[in-house]
Amino acid sequence: MSLPIYRFVIAPLSGNTPHAAALRQDAHVLGFTDITQIACHEIYFIQGQLTPNHLERLSNELLHDSVTQTCTWQEQTLAETAQQSIEVVLRPGVTDPTAAAIMQNAQLLGIDTINQVTTGKRYQVQSKQPLNQQDLHKLAKRLLANGVIHYYALGNITVSFPAYEKTNQPIEIIPLRQLNDDQLMAESQQRRAALDLAEMQAIQTYFRKHDRDPTDVEFEMIAQTWSEHCSHKTFRAIIECDDGQEIKGLLKTYIRAATEKIAAPWVYSAFVDNAGIIDFDDEYQISFKVETHNHPSAIEPFGGANTGLGGVIRDVLGVSARPIAATDVFCFGQQDCDPKTLPESVLHPRLIASGVVAGVQDYGNKTGIPTVNGAVYYDAAYTANPLVFCGCVGLAPRASHPRHAQKGDRIIVIGGRTGRDGLRGATFSSMTMDAQTETVAGASVQIGDPIIAKGLIEVVTLARDAKLYNAITDCGAGGFSSAVGEMASECGAEVDISVAPLKYPGLAAWEIWLSEAQERMVLAVPPHKLEALKNICQIYDIELTDLGHFNDDKRLLLRNGSQVVLDLEMLFLFDGMPQKKLRAEKSPRSLALATPFFKGGYSSTPPAGKSFSSVPPFEKGELGGILLSLLSHPNIATKAAVIRRYDHEVQGATVIKPLVGVKNDGPSDACVLKPLETKGQRGIVLANGLNPELGKHDPYLMALSVIDEAIRNAVAVGADPDRIAILDNFCWGDPKRPETLGSLVAAARGCYDGALHYQTPFISGKDSLNNEYLGSDGVRHAIPPTLLISAIGIIEDVDNAVTMDLKTPGNCIYLLGETRAELGGSHFALCGGGERGSEVPTLPQHAPVLYRQLHQAMQKKLVRACHDLSEGGFAVAMAEMCIAGRLGAQINLTNADVVTALFSESNGRLLVEIREQDCVVFEKCFTQDLAHLINKIGKVTDDEKLVITHDQQTIISLSVNELVTAWQVNP
Amino acid sequence: MKPRVLILHANGTNRDQSVAYAFNLAGATAEIVHLNQLRAKEKKWSDYQILVIAGGFANADVLGAGKLLALELNSFFAEEMQQFIASGKPVLGICNGFQTLVKGGFLPGFAALQPQATLTYNALGKFECRWVTLMPQSKNCLWTRDLAEPIYCPVAHGEGRFMLTEDKLLKTLKDQQQIALTYADPDKKLMDAEYPLNPSGSIASIAGICNQQGNVLGLMPHPEDHVLARQHPRWARGERGFSGLPLFINAVKTV
Repeated sequence: MSLPIYRFVIAPLSGNTPHAAALRQDAHVLGFTDITQIACHEIYFIQGQLTPNHLERLSNELLHDSVTQTCTWQEQTLAETAQQSIEVVLRPGVTDPTAAAIMQNAQLLGIDTINQVTTGKRYQVQSKQPLNQQDLHKLAKRLLANGVIHYYALGNITVSFPAYEKTNQPIEIIPLRQLNDDQLMAESQQRRAALDLAEMQAIQTYFRKHDRDPTDVEFEMIAQTWSEHCSHKTFRAIIECDDGQEIKGLLKTYIRAATEKIAAPWVYSAFVDNAGIIDFDDEYQISFKVETHNHPSAIEPFGGANTGLGGVIRDVLGVSARPIAATDVFCFGQQDCDPKTLPESVLHPRLIASGVVAGVQDYGNKTGIPTVNGAVYYDAAYTANPLVFCGCVGLAPRASHPRHAQKGDRIIVIGGRTGRDGLRGATFSSMTMDAQTETVAGASVQIGDPIIAKGLIEVVTLARDAKLYNAITDCGAGGFSSAVGEMASECGAEVDISVAPLKYPGLAAWEIWLSEAQERMVLAVPPHKLEALKNICQIYDIELTDLGHFNDDKRLLLRNGSQVVLDLEMLFLFDGMPQKKLRAEKSPRSLALATPFFKGGYSSTPPAGKSFSSVPPFEKGELGGILLSLLSHPNIATKAAVIRRYDHEVQGATVIKPLVGVKNDGPSDACVLKPLETKGQRGIVLANGLNPELGKHDPYLMALSVIDEAIRNAVAVGADPDRIAILDNFCWGDPKRPETLGSLVAAARGCYDGALHYQTPFISGKDSLNNEYLGSDGVRHAIPPTLLISAIGIIEDVDNAVTMDLKTPGNCIYLLGETRAELGGSHFALCGGGERGSEVPTLPQHAPVLYRQLHQAMQKKLVRACHDLSEGGFAVAMAEMCIAGRLGAQINLTNADVVTALFSESNGRLLVEIREQDCVVFEKCFTQDLAHLINKIGKVTDDEKLVITHDQQTIISLSVNELVTAWQVNP
Repeated sequence: MKPRVLILHANGTNRDQSVAYAFNLAGATAEIVHLNQLRAKEKKWSDYQILVIAGGFANADVLGAGKLLALELNSFFAEEMQQFIASGKPVLGICNGFQTLVKGGFLPGFAALQPQATLTYNALGKFECRWVTLMPQSKNCLWTRDLAEPIYCPVAHGEGRFMLTEDKLLKTLKDQQQIALTYADPDKKLMDAEYPLNPSGSIASIAGICNQQGNVLGLMPHPEDHVLARQHPRWARGERGFSGLPLFINAVKTV
């Protein structure tokens, strides 16, 4: 059978598109400076018996927009190597919604003879000197084609459609019982199972007891269930510390312990469900989950971030809630990184950043979920290991989430089909990356389909309201294996895997069971309610399949048609894993000195952005220049270019937006949501805290600082300090190294102390370990200890919310909190200002009380503006308030040390704007013991100038325009 | 009796809830109906007095925003659409709905065989979410003719640049009062606003157009996202007004 393949090329009428300009810019950054243009055309390959009329109709009515594009087509002939062009096509099996849409919609045109479709892009390169073949290949590999999902050719590519193997893959029996220890480890490695010897021995013991060897399905399922990703074994391990302490699980001892000790009555579910859940009002509850998707984003940034967000959206659906907001926090390498210094197979940080942002944009916008809070952080240490944190907030009627599958319930999967995508993702994310990772783990990357996710949101919320299921969970890492396994862990289940709908035939049983294909939810549905669920699914074009039933056998029985391929006791699967024992060494004061990190070590790597042009000790006249440098630092400068790529208005609930102020461009500390469907005035506050720079110095103090920062940000917009919950996300290096584990222990202790200090419970958390890259040079590149704290809070009345922009000339400015000489890990130090004794910010003892009393003042509507002090200290925060309000300020500082006053990053501090006539009442909101922390330092002025004096001497005098220009260096 | 609003939901529609909220505030009864429910005849077109194609990403915007939904409407509901429009009932397409109306040939509604207008990629090539000021222009459009003041509301799109095949068509649009809304500078109230006031780079700052009859309006920005005072980005600065609600009230009061 050889059906003709037609090749359609769609080109823009105007050659110089913004896309072409962006490609040229990327090419220049990668060193191809001769390139003057890269024009990009769409190519569609359509296989089938098509008449000339068919081809014409496809072109005109489906494939192109004649107002802006041209379309040409011809039958694919043998490859001709045109000069200076590269064609890139998606690999078979990669999710391709465009190809699917062409197949489906051609039928609406009455064309039903299309057999297969694939899509790609054609890049026409123009340069001062023609590129030689070698350079074209380099350009293709570095910029245009990601080998994980694409293949490419110079000139015209020839596509062929794979004939999928239709036969069933046989089940493999793994002769585990007879293996010695070395062979066990070899087996674990060969299957990329990431299991250690004790775990392999436990499996061996189980099967020796049962007098048989495991099938490949059984082995893969155990590896997945016991993976770091799914079982968090490091956080559950027994840790022996070098100070003699034995910790029986970090999670239990520190994180959950804090939540239990605080025992907030409004916490509904912490660390039990797919997401943490707290009470909102008498009718609703809100849920929140934040996850990382670091490894997939490193090798395929768009798909990695895309499915990162997809995963947390499903987590929220997995607690029967409707997603109402998304958050995203990224850590990237330096954007101007010299491509020649990049380790082999590591993508340029600029491409990682643009791919990740596009991935979140695609999924968040298309699912109709506003992305409203986040952060972007740049450090060379994230070059090979970027961090991508995605969060999702859900809203659901109180106690509407059923959790227990009943005997006889059908096991129903709804949503996307199963393919080879994401195989072994759970175990993959538990391993160190190396130069081979890209090729070996290619299958571990998933591409999302946000429109199916949107359909799932509609179906699940309707099914919840009609009470059609007894339990629900999402297919995340580990796919069916993890979803069905967890749901059946208390009862038991029998599944026939052969009925699972597949994207293409030829998958082995273990592949179907473990696949991490996106957009699938598993529900436990009583048989008599199945029809009603089918009806809902039909409306939204969501596929539904009955995989089997839950029982009370306490075992999992998996068949592939008539053949039993897995038969495991639930008790072994979920409790059979030997508890890990690990050793921790107290981390040295500065980790940077002890461990070989990314080339040159992150301690000595020059920071992203420019260092100060002047060197310490600074003259007073140089302080203004330093402030401008800090405002332009990539970690501090405006993130508007990213924020505006996300729809933060959809759902109509965004009351305090990510960008605020007179020109809608000031950096909000947090966002406030008031969902349209809830009654009354109550709102939700979202904020975060992140500071890897402190992680390099002292992980314990970093944990305290980021907890304070997250809470401080939430309080700054009006959250009730007694109604804030937090989530942790630990991103660390390899915990098998005792000093790395030591730093993790330190941070976990910080979490405990910080949570208790503020009486702020943890409700959910996640860890991503092994964020290291083993270069071909044999050097391990690790990230700095990075802890993200995400905060979700309640504001009683959204009309009392406060923004950070200065409001009215003549109003008074107060600095709340205590400024200490804490420049260690500050951005002032990072940019060359020196550490001044290198004190790292500590826990502000006064902060919880200060925040509560400030909150009282806000409820009395006394606070006109409020902004938290973070990176860059007082000077940056004050400048940001001026920028957002396009107003000036006249400030007088009295601290002894002017550098401390301007740039120290002490915790627990906020700036507030108060009307002159309200000052007395405002000050009375604070008790006498806090009086020294409430300092009137100046006034808002209408001369659009920030003037700061010290000792009657003007030390900074900058126009608001100058501040804006510096801060909007990359608008 | 309150007028009933049919809000179309296709796979990927996501501003249906907000636009339903706006119409309910405006005094109508809005109902969100999936295309499949209309195809199965569970719901009848004739039961509704107003039709809305809401924003979102119907069919993921593959092959061009609005294109596939337009194809579906023309394949399954050509007659119903034609009747609804010809009877003079108010029809509104917002964002993805506007794209659908243009790609489907319902707007601007020139009687030409080849498409003469489109909504394509923003001039800067990026999706953008930002607030814009809209000046009502058409005295003929039932949605905009009684608007006394501009509308302040957000855009959130990547393919909102209105383009025509020929310059002279712009004059036709002007002459026939088909330019319904333009992006404007809130301070100067000028036509021909430039980026970022006109975020997509649309010709003649066009944000929305209507058909010659004036009952079908398509616009890229989201007036449904500014129907409450607290949705204004500067309410905390005491700023109020320029809500999108009057646009919805305008249509509701005609039926």
